Amino acid sequence: MTKRGAAAWILAGPALLVIAVFFALPVVAGLALSLTDFDLYALADLSTLRFVGLHNYAHLLHTPLFWQALGNTLYFVVVGVPVSIGLSLGAALLLHSRFARWQSFFRTSLFAPVVTTAVAVAVIWRYLLHTRYGLVNQGLEAIGLAPVDWLGDPHWSMPAIIAFAAWKNFGYNMIILLAALQAVPRELYEAARMDGAGALRRFTDVTMPMLVPTFVLVGILTVSGYFQLFAEPYVMTQGGPLRSTFSMLYLMYEEGFRWWNLGNASAVAFLLFLVIFCVSWVMLRFDRDAPGRR
Amino acid sequence: MPRLAASTGCDGRRNALRRIGWGSAVLAGSLAGCGRSKSGPEGPLDFWAMGREAEVVVDLLAAFRARHPTVQVRVQQLPFSAAHEKLLTAFAGDALPDLCQLGNTWLPEFSALGALEPLDERMAAAGIPRGDYFAGILDTNVMPAAGGGGHLLGVPWYVDTRLLFYRTDLLRAAGHARPPQTWSEWHAAMQDIRRRGGARSYGALLPLNEPDPLFALSLQEGSVLAEDDTRGAFSQPPFRRALDFYAGIFRDGLAPRMTNTQVSNVWDEFARGLFTFYVSGPWNIGEFRRRLPAERQGDWATAPLPGPDGPGVSTAGGSSLVIFKSSRRKEAAWRLISFLSEPETMQRFHALTGDLPPRRSAWRAPALANDPPSQAFAQQLERVRAAPKIPEWERIFQEMQLTAERVVQGQQSSEAACRQLDTWVDALLEKRRWLRSRQA
Repeated sequence: MTKRGAAAWILAGPALLVIAVFFALPVVAGLALSLTDFDLYALADLSTLRFVGLHNYAHLLHTPLFWQALGNTLYFVVVGVPVSIGLSLGAALLLHSRFARWQSFFRTSLFAPVVTTAVAVAVIWRYLLHTRYGLVNQGLEAIGLAPVDWLGDPHWSMPAIIAFAAWKNFGYNMIILLAALQAVPRELYEAARMDGAGALRRFTDVTMPMLVPTFVLVGILTVSGYFQLFAEPYVMTQGGPLRSTFSMLYLMYEEGFRWWNLGNASAVAFLLFLVIFCVSWVMLRFDRDAPGRR
Repeated sequence: MPRLAASTGCDGRRNALRRIGWGSAVLAGSLAGCGRSKSGPEGPLDFWAMGREAEVVVDLLAAFRARHPTVQVRVQQLPFSAAHEKLLTAFAGDALPDLCQLGNTWLPEFSALGALEPLDERMAAAGIPRGDYFAGILDTNVMPAAGGGGHLLGVPWYVDTRLLFYRTDLLRAAGHARPPQTWSEWHAAMQDIRRRGGARSYGALLPLNEPDPLFALSLQEGSVLAEDDTRGAFSQPPFRRALDFYAGIFRDGLAPRMTNTQVSNVWDEFARGLFTFYVSGPWNIGEFRRRLPAERQGDWATAPLPGPDGPGVSTAGGSSLVIFKSSRRKEAAWRLISFLSEPETMQRFHALTGDLPPRRSAWRAPALANDPPSQAFAQQLERVRAAPKIPEWERIFQEMQLTAERVVQGQQSSEAACRQLDTWVDALLEKRRWLRSRQA
């Protein structure tokens, strides 16, 4: 037994070492950092570093900007995740359809935005969303609507960011959902048809229940990804206008790399971790209680 | 005030990095160029510059190369929006260039880090007369030293301040022959303009997200920080008077409550007569010439900023050239700085960019001496005052404007808003007070 135990440790050792050095250690160091007031002065002279306990956390919870960033991030997640997964499901269903031609071509092209660089694509989207010359506003004008200042109007900036992010990311979930669709046994559809279920009924009572575990997986991945909103507002709006696209990660970046308050920045990171952790936990509970699992 | 930790150089910083395992920050630092091997004392000079200046400085370098054929210069262009982060990360990663263009409001930060080379002796040895520089501008580059006095840590490269751009025809039509010089004259002129022009004609445009106009007004009244720059003094009379005047302009309907993102095109609206006064900086001389329609070109001028009683001071902005302590080619870096500081080079630089030179002798060039819009800047530059020289200033500056915005929008009384701002500033500067008490 001990021999087998030793062999297991030796085999797992390298992987554990890598995890310890590149994951556990930075996390512990980040937690320690969030309990200090590491700032510009400490960067110049480490003897000015002070242990401040939970002060950074308390301070953040009293900062209006923190709540604004959290609110913006929640807005992005609550609207963005359903839109994004809805798009993925729609695209997956279309690709899975018996009538779909050129399947692999469409699969590749719909997946393409996922593998392109956010920064490069954002430049193109900025052209599309340009108030005066953008294709989107030209389209609006063509159907008689007033142009929208997508990235300059605080009410429209977040919807524009959501549209961009949903377009950029839906391909990834589409592939996963497509695989799940293809794994649904054909007999179930046949049996349902025998019982007289129409296309809609087959979708709601066969397809959807069979997809629940996949939805939970896709949901958790997407939610935790979307909570970490940063590149899109950084490239498109710099968090503006009027901080309407200022996210939690943006706050962390500003605290850390603009003002160099690494203590505060680490505290933001841990608060964001807590939020994501709680939301994922609730979603997992949802999975356990789901009808398909009973 | 003793300068904080000015003596700690790279070693302290490396120890800081070694002793504290701060995951992502180190990673970011190494991405920014930790791994880049520093070339020796004979290698090319690394010069980081920003925005348009970085493009133009390459053209100036031909003359420098002719004079110093052995010195190679590598110019790297940083976008303004990312420059600050990049420089701080480069400091943490020990990958700073030899010399750099640095906004003079960033100097206190890099001085607190102990990253900048004092330039007093080189300046004196090169025979560059300090008195030739606008005093308020040069002062922004002098950082208080440990034993009293101060060190010159940067050489002004170009200057920036804020003053009035205005419509001469609208002002005259409202019954004022010359631009206002005092706050009360200014307020009266705006009221006359409004009375004459009606609902679509404001006295001034003061975008609510631009802190500079309010800060210039408060500089005229006195200091916004107290106790050796360790506490806020925003609820004290000097700032309160400035804020009352500023908020009064909006209260009386003399300026629209707008941010500059809500004004779709400042130049179009100025040409249309939406507002008569606009507080802005030197770059707008060129923009006004380029963007205003030809028939409006005779109808605008610039004037020094009015003060509480007579022409007032304004902000001392601009960019300086600095040498980093970590550089191994300081002599060559200084040669480049002194070349760029020659009045003739500054005049060429002005011709290429429109940036205003910081030396009075460079202003003798006909392009500046015979140019009325620039001349108002020459007068204003004799009356500029430095912002508080602390690393936290930029942050306080932004918060000040957010506070003013709440007052202007009527969300808070000016008294409550100023007290809240002072509380916020006091909390932000807690570390400075602690450092000071530790050193005492």
